[in-house]
Amino acid sequence: MSFDVSVVKKDFPLLSREENGEPLIYLDSAATSQKPQKVLDVIDSYYREINANVHRGAYRLAEQATTAMEEAREKVSSFIKSDRSEEIIFTKNATESMNLVARSWGESNLNEGDVVLVSSLEHHANIVPWHQLAESRGIEVRWIPLTESGLFDLTDLDRLLDGVKLVAVSGASNVLGTVPPVRMLADAAHNVGALCLVDASQYVPHRPTDLAELGCDFLAFTGHKMCGPTGIGVLWGRSELLESMPAFLGGGEMILDVTKEGFTTNTIPWKFEAGTPPIAEIVGLGAAVDYLESLGMENVLDHEKTLTSYALQTLSDRFGNDLVIHGPTDVSVRGGVLSMCYQDVHPHDVSQVLDSHGVCVRAGHHCAKPLMKLLDVNATVRASLYLYNDESDVDALADALEATGQFFSP
Amino acid sequence: MSGLEDLYREIILDHYRNPRNQGELETPPAVMAEGFNPLCGDEVTVHIHVEDGVIVDMKFGGHGCSISLASASMMTTVTTGKSLSEAKDIIYSFKQMMSIHEGRLEEGSEETGSPMAGLGDLQALQGVVKFPVRIKCATLGWNTLEQCFEELDSQ
Repeated sequence: MSFDVSVVKKDFPLLSREENGEPLIYLDSAATSQKPQKVLDVIDSYYREINANVHRGAYRLAEQATTAMEEAREKVSSFIKSDRSEEIIFTKNATESMNLVARSWGESNLNEGDVVLVSSLEHHANIVPWHQLAESRGIEVRWIPLTESGLFDLTDLDRLLDGVKLVAVSGASNVLGTVPPVRMLADAAHNVGALCLVDASQYVPHRPTDLAELGCDFLAFTGHKMCGPTGIGVLWGRSELLESMPAFLGGGEMILDVTKEGFTTNTIPWKFEAGTPPIAEIVGLGAAVDYLESLGMENVLDHEKTLTSYALQTLSDRFGNDLVIHGPTDVSVRGGVLSMCYQDVHPHDVSQVLDSHGVCVRAGHHCAKPLMKLLDVNATVRASLYLYNDESDVDALADALEATGQFFSP
Repeated sequence: MSGLEDLYREIILDHYRNPRNQGELETPPAVMAEGFNPLCGDEVTVHIHVEDGVIVDMKFGGHGCSISLASASMMTTVTTGKSLSEAKDIIYSFKQMMSIHEGRLEEGSEETGSPMAGLGDLQALQGVVKFPVRIKCATLGWNTLEQCFEELDSQ
């Protein structure tokens, strides 16, 4: 069973926007996804009908708001196949989720000389917090190398794991599309007494997520890349870990008691949710989960695999060696993120010409400067596919790339 | 293709394809500075040789988009041979041009005393203002030249 992408596209109001009579071709979902009308309606009706602060209200409206928020938590929990919704912590984005682990778990469990193992394709959100710990606590940040085609090079895994207390890797790369063998890495981490954290920002929106299959101890992802609003992220963590970790941000909601002498913390998840939460955004994320479940994540994945294959084939056929697409070519180990270099035209110029044809892509280092250095480029053009893209979008990208070639080397 | 011709005027593409004064100078006696545009990974180096307060030679290098390289190339042709204070005036005028709001573009071009007067070929970069994201590309070489001046001052 698969979904009809022409029907899906109509669910997204922004995608019917036109500029100069030309439709918008949105190929930057790795940066942020578009939102279906249903999600917009839920956020709007939250503010119109049930808006109140949560957890404390003694009146019915406040109960409704609280129920809506905690129901959304349950939805997110089932979406990633967690059976304990108290393991779902709401943050403002995946970056904050990563920082929560670094501060709250890292600062009380990592000491001088301990190793955090990351990969060479990580996003800065999974690099900088560890550099910060290196500065403050003297930990070592070690890097899993990559093969020529952008896969993890694990030939030396035993040596890489020596002294490691945490393995922190992407569930899917936001530059190369690479989908690393997370389960294998999580098991290997556990074998040496280390934990495993997965930055799943490009994973959860694109494929069925099953925590038992992934085998990790922490999972971070963000609402705005999965058809939800901005300002809402998630950290899932094993309850025994979360219960042992000190609080992250301090303030209201996360306490049980506060006196002039000190404080005691609330139970999970609220221990890690200080202050008024982004209630409307949480409810919006719940609606996004509903929308994705209605499509079926297996179908979303199938669609993306097929479309990615089409894109790789089309671009290769039309441009050959003029277009270098970084990352693996096998769609069983790569997602729909296509980072490209076109002839010797600077990515900024490519994206400018593409923009004049209504094609939205990203040019730059994609918050992965160590990876750019490895690829020996300053920047790439990145087109990323999602559930509302189809072959005509890929064709439009190819047409616009051809126009770019004509513009810069006529 | 609306707007592309505003940004990529012929003279800009010419400087991009045939950059003037590309290369390096021996330091010392020249001084060198490097500039980066973190947004898109442009990097520009500028070498200048100053004698008796006059820029006798200038070279630029680096990797960048067409706007950053063309602007740097045009910068070298316009400021080489000028005194330091004349070069600083040109930098100021250029940056003024880059900070004009696109709505006011039509007003300014023919008036004397406006930033555009006296910039000659550099006026071709006016269109960059319509694409704010590219302004940093256009000013990168110029900011790097200013860093060279600071380098000189500190000697």
